Amino acid sequence: MMEELQQLEKNALAELQTATTEEHLLAIRTKYLGRKGLLTLHLRKIAQVQEDKRAFFGKRCNEVKELIVFKIEEALKHQSEREKETVFLKEKIDVTLPGRAVKYGRIHPVIQISHEICSIFSTFGFSVVEGPEVELDYYNFEALNIPKDHPARDMQDTFYIEENIVLRTHTSPVQVRVMEKVRPPVRILSPGKVYRRDSDISHTPMFHQIEGLMVDKGITFGDLKGILTAFLKRVFGPDTLIRFRPSFFPFTEPSAEVDIRCVICKGRGCRVCSQSGWLEILGSGMVDPAVFKFVDYDSKKYTGFAFGLGLERIAMLKYGISDIRLFFENDFRFLRQF
Amino acid sequence: MLVSLKWLKDYIDIAMKPETLAERLTMSGLEVDSIKEISPPFNGVVVAKIISLKPHPNADKLSLCVVTDGSKKYSIVCGAKNIKPGDIVPLARVGATIPGGYTIKSTALRGEPSEGMLCSEAELEIGDDASGILHLPDGVKLGTPLEKALDLLDTVFDISITPNRPDCLSVIGVAREVAALTGKKIKMPKIKLKETSENIKSLTAVKILDPDLCPRYTARMIKNIKIGPSPIWIKTRLEAAGMRAINNVVDITNFVMLEMGQPLHAFDFRFLEKECIIVRKSKKNEEFVSLDGKSRKLPQDTLLICDGVKPVAIGGIMGGLNSEVKNDTQTILLESASFNPVSIRRSARNLAMSTDAAFRFERGIDPEGVIRALNRAAQLIAEFSGGNICKDYIDEYPRKIRSAKNIKLRLERIRKITGTEIKAAEVIKILRSLGMAVIMTSEGKFTVNPPTFRLDLTREIDLIEEIVRIYGYDKVPATFPDISVTELSVNRHLDLENNIRKVMNGLAFNEVINYSFISPLSLDNLLLSADDERRNLVRIKNPLTEEQSVMRPMMLIGLLDTLKKNINNGCTNLKIFELGRSFIQRQEGKLPVENNMLAALLSGNKGEDLWHFKANVDFYDLKGCLENLFFDLKLKNIKFSSSISEPFLHPGKSCTVFYDNNKLGYLGEVHPFVLKKENLKNTAYVFEINIDILAKNFGERIYYQDFSKFPAIVRDVAFVVSRDIEVDYMLDIVSSLKEYFLENVVIFDIYEGKGIPYNTKSVGLRFFYRAFDRTLTDAEANNVHEKIVRNIVALTKAKIRGEDNQ
Repeated sequence: MMEELQQLEKNALAELQTATTEEHLLAIRTKYLGRKGLLTLHLRKIAQVQEDKRAFFGKRCNEVKELIVFKIEEALKHQSEREKETVFLKEKIDVTLPGRAVKYGRIHPVIQISHEICSIFSTFGFSVVEGPEVELDYYNFEALNIPKDHPARDMQDTFYIEENIVLRTHTSPVQVRVMEKVRPPVRILSPGKVYRRDSDISHTPMFHQIEGLMVDKGITFGDLKGILTAFLKRVFGPDTLIRFRPSFFPFTEPSAEVDIRCVICKGRGCRVCSQSGWLEILGSGMVDPAVFKFVDYDSKKYTGFAFGLGLERIAMLKYGISDIRLFFENDFRFLRQF
Repeated sequence: MLVSLKWLKDYIDIAMKPETLAERLTMSGLEVDSIKEISPPFNGVVVAKIISLKPHPNADKLSLCVVTDGSKKYSIVCGAKNIKPGDIVPLARVGATIPGGYTIKSTALRGEPSEGMLCSEAELEIGDDASGILHLPDGVKLGTPLEKALDLLDTVFDISITPNRPDCLSVIGVAREVAALTGKKIKMPKIKLKETSENIKSLTAVKILDPDLCPRYTARMIKNIKIGPSPIWIKTRLEAAGMRAINNVVDITNFVMLEMGQPLHAFDFRFLEKECIIVRKSKKNEEFVSLDGKSRKLPQDTLLICDGVKPVAIGGIMGGLNSEVKNDTQTILLESASFNPVSIRRSARNLAMSTDAAFRFERGIDPEGVIRALNRAAQLIAEFSGGNICKDYIDEYPRKIRSAKNIKLRLERIRKITGTEIKAAEVIKILRSLGMAVIMTSEGKFTVNPPTFRLDLTREIDLIEEIVRIYGYDKVPATFPDISVTELSVNRHLDLENNIRKVMNGLAFNEVINYSFISPLSLDNLLLSADDERRNLVRIKNPLTEEQSVMRPMMLIGLLDTLKKNINNGCTNLKIFELGRSFIQRQEGKLPVENNMLAALLSGNKGEDLWHFKANVDFYDLKGCLENLFFDLKLKNIKFSSSISEPFLHPGKSCTVFYDNNKLGYLGEVHPFVLKKENLKNTAYVFEINIDILAKNFGERIYYQDFSKFPAIVRDVAFVVSRDIEVDYMLDIVSSLKEYFLENVVIFDIYEGKGIPYNTKSVGLRFFYRAFDRTLTDAEANNVHEKIVRNIVALTKAKIRGEDNQ
């Protein structure tokens, strides 16, 4: 009897192993546990067991029954999950379709550069100031030591509104306006639109500049080099080679043009750097005492430096853009890249 | 300025490579933009010797030569008469190229083979002589390329001369810089004049009527000259400098200008009536024909060089056609003068004549170099045109031009400006190398006298720049300033703009930047009335084009332009915004008003992915953006009012935006008429607001409001009202009742059409009632609700939907 029971258990478990559908599992349940099931029938044979072994037989029978029940339940549960899974798979969507969130807009590349530069200089303690785009000749030229009929006016071809009103050719007039109002120390940065009467692949009649000014006791040309070197390394990378070479601006003396090693050819010479291996990046210099005189600063007491750079030029070098006009054509295929 | 290295070497020894020289010049302030190798326009021509010569059997005018290049013999058929055995000549071998694009081939002339060509000066374009074969000096190694044998190779530097350095607008000027950099001595050209006994002062006279404009006028006379071509060395130098050779006299005046920086002019003396020169200002409406053949009406007060009767040159700018040196000129009056830079600059600008002479005069020439240049040119003209120089020269010098004297310089100041210690000995050495006289007056103090050609040096700071640029900028150590901490000032406007960018980006808007100038006609397209404030345009006096001739009074024009351009490029779904200024003219002599504006435009599909967003944008899409923006900027009291409208907006789909009763701008659909005028088929929604007021107020303080923990009672009502009733009005009624238990009211539905009467709309409002301290009862909620509904019905004559039959 006991051997039969063991065989029964073995058979049932083996059959369960092979069952792959719910029906099959239910059939096995009926086959063993139904009213006329094999185990049910076997249990009824308890009468034939010796009395002293009946208790044991009954216990074993129940154990086998519980085991089978448990195994079937488990298999059924597993089976129904599997079947639901196939239903889910039929609900499959195309995950490669683009998401529905509105496409985030872009900030104009020139403004991005402006932000980057302003934030670098704010770490040096520079505040950002603005001024008018239509400017008095006085602020744009005269107070910057560029008198009327001076050849230096040729350096910037000017749009005139009236005899004494111009579209500013640089953002330097903001420096004069600030110095008129504030006594040193001064540490300012003035970004904005400027206008020059020029139009070709490398010039647009409107472009953006940032100019900076630092005036205090004891500011030197060495400090100019230090600050601008640190700045350029932040923008173009710590290994950037930088050189300062003498130049001329009416409002600074000594004046320096600042070049970086060509970012395209690394100094070997290419079209972008016109074979020189260097790229002109910014103009700078020690504020000319004549400018201090216009704003009533004592040049015995204070010294300072100023610098200016074109933002489109920086953006062009940084992103490899060869035509400056693209910045103002506002073609989506351009704007969406930044 | 183009500077030939070969020419430069006439005045100073240069051992370094051209690239090194360019680098040294650039790093001391004379920026070399480019270096160009120049070679003559031929290739493969070598030095050869004629071995034998015999007549051509079949042609009278040709001869048969045998020549050698030192390693091989060649048979050449030649037509020239000026050759004989033993002559050294240029040979273009087979394969050589000569000017005109010819390549020499092996050929036969009248049955005799010819393996090359003997060349004349003209054929090689190294001179004008076409009469015969060019003869080369004996002793040149046979086979040497001709360009080497004649030293025709050169390097030309293109140097940017800054406006403060007119002294470098000459080859000698650049040589002086090289001398300062290398410590080599400069070799000035030696001037030796052979004068005749006839004194110039007995032949002519000069009278300056306006010494302010012409402080100095000097002249020499040269007689019996023969006009002809210049020698090759002068021609090649002029050409290297980018000038065309004309004739010996004109070329020499140009040569000396390029050499010394002093512009010169030669008059044909026979055309100077009354044999004199009078320097005066032009009279009203005076006309003059200059050398370029153009007749010009001269602005009053233009400086003129006249003879006893008429003008013969525009002083310092250009000579006249009436006294031009011609092929039969025999006697010339050579002018070397000094003119007022400001006057020359004004005249050159007014006349639009930017000549080489004017360029130098307006920057300032060495007042003491006038005579040297006069004598140098006289000597060269006499030498190369066979003329005789009359005795003496005229020197009218009514106004002494003084250069700065005794400039004080302190070592301490050099340190203060540069931040570095430059030793006294070094300072003295540098200044002297630049031609300055330096005296050390006491420890660390100097008195400096710059040379007369350095008109730019007048102050201590000018000297400091000279010292540090020659010392080397690269030798000044980079430092950080030793400064105290200060508080950064806040820029509200830029902060606002950055906030706006952040929000607009999040709302899918892309930033654009349009030119600030527009075409004045574009305002007509916007249907602006004649008295609209925005018609007060800021006009540019000298625009590049009419299309860019006025400053924009509003941003919309640029946005529509951007829309148009993108549609043409196939991009029709546009979400753009621009931050910038608009300009309104106030009154003459005053700066215009500049307003900081934000403008945005929406057109096309709601999203870029058409499969997601099938619908086009509408008014509410753009309005929602603006509302979101104000929400983020923490600005309350924003009103959208339909009462005032812009002419360029759809009258039924536009409104004015107010903040705290200040008009900010407009929002709406672009008027279909405007779209038609602009040739646009796509509807667009735009807003434009002045953000100056917002800059003061954005970021209003937040006061936290505690909220109820108890449930709300919600009531929905659909009001059928006349189409003219604005929802804002209904919401105003609700809020004016100030019901304590009304927590919120939202619009859940707007409906027009079937099921409700014509010209009405159904406005579905959802009311939320809630008490702060307990659960509100239905009865309490109903009580308030009924009162609100009653009020709305009474004031709007609304019908409640679903109660139609009651």
